[in-house]
Amino acid sequence: MPELNTASMPDLVFAILFFFMVTTTMRSETLMVKMKLPNASEVQKLEKKSLVTYINIGAPMDTKLGTGTQMQLNDRFAQVSEIQDYIAQEKASMNEADQPLMTVSIKADEETRMQYITDVKQALRQAYALKISYSARQGEN
Amino acid sequence: MPKTNRKVPGINASSMADVSFLLLCFFLMVSSMDTDSGLARRLPPPPQTEEQTSVDVQRRNLLVVLVNAQNETLVQNQLATHLYSNEDELRGDGGQVSLKDVVKEFVLNTQNSPVLPELTEEDFGAPIGTVPVTAQHVISIQNDATTSYKAYIAVQNEVVRAYNELREEGARKYFNTTYGELTDDQQEQINNLFPQRISEAEPKNYGGGQ
Repeated sequence: MPELNTASMPDLVFAILFFFMVTTTMRSETLMVKMKLPNASEVQKLEKKSLVTYINIGAPMDTKLGTGTQMQLNDRFAQVSEIQDYIAQEKASMNEADQPLMTVSIKADEETRMQYITDVKQALRQAYALKISYSARQGEN
Repeated sequence: MPKTNRKVPGINASSMADVSFLLLCFFLMVSSMDTDSGLARRLPPPPQTEEQTSVDVQRRNLLVVLVNAQNETLVQNQLATHLYSNEDELRGDGGQVSLKDVVKEFVLNTQNSPVLPELTEEDFGAPIGTVPVTAQHVISIQNDATTSYKAYIAVQNEVVRAYNELREEGARKYFNTTYGELTDDQQEQINNLFPQRISEAEPKNYGGGQ
């Protein structure tokens, strides 16, 4: 019986390996705001990534844009008034059965003023995105 | 020098595949482990009419947690008032009762005190049975416009910690095990016994902020 030649197997596996090494470091969106998440000890993990929508809040990475708090939705800066459209758009891209389970993860820098967070929360209420999560890092605060 | 025709020994590369498979498995696992974590909350639906914005809550059922512009925390119910000037004091350093214990006592009302939330008998199914609980209690977390997010999350975290400890104690008492080892139905029972009743009020400007 002729033996199967497995000499190219390591090369193949390496190719897959490199693919995963590259994709794991890639983010689904490039972050344009600097943020240091607050610490909390009682955090829960967010299940099902496909149901989670992210709102990033912090000072812009690009210092030319100033140090004021900005919000990033998808790949661009946005105003609080644009949240409703964004949520509606994200909801529309989901399954109908998944829509009530949608969770919005607020990833905000720990130095953000609560005024900004409150405005975002009010906008989310108006958009009927009621399940939210204050993103925090696991650890003693 | 005599010319020798020595053969270079080849490296045995058969284990290479195994090693790279291990690495591959590692990266496969890691790529799904990168999940976000945070404190889950449920926002109230938007007010339909102007009158609907306020709900009357009896004063004894209300624990007000105020975080001001200097990131100080004021906790107030009919029983007592506590002022915490920083996060360490929230956790009980500095000789004060920690926020966690204030919340736990408020939710439990073990002494059936008339200044703590009223106890009502409710049935939670076997094996908990009918027990008195403070079904109407509300913890209202209020903040100033210039409160920092960090301080706000610290306060939220302490309140959630109080509830988690209550649930843990409930699991020990009624099921004789830890909360994490309960079945989903049992966890639901405990959650009904100690529901998180946290209200995040509309923002108010109490002054002190710029």
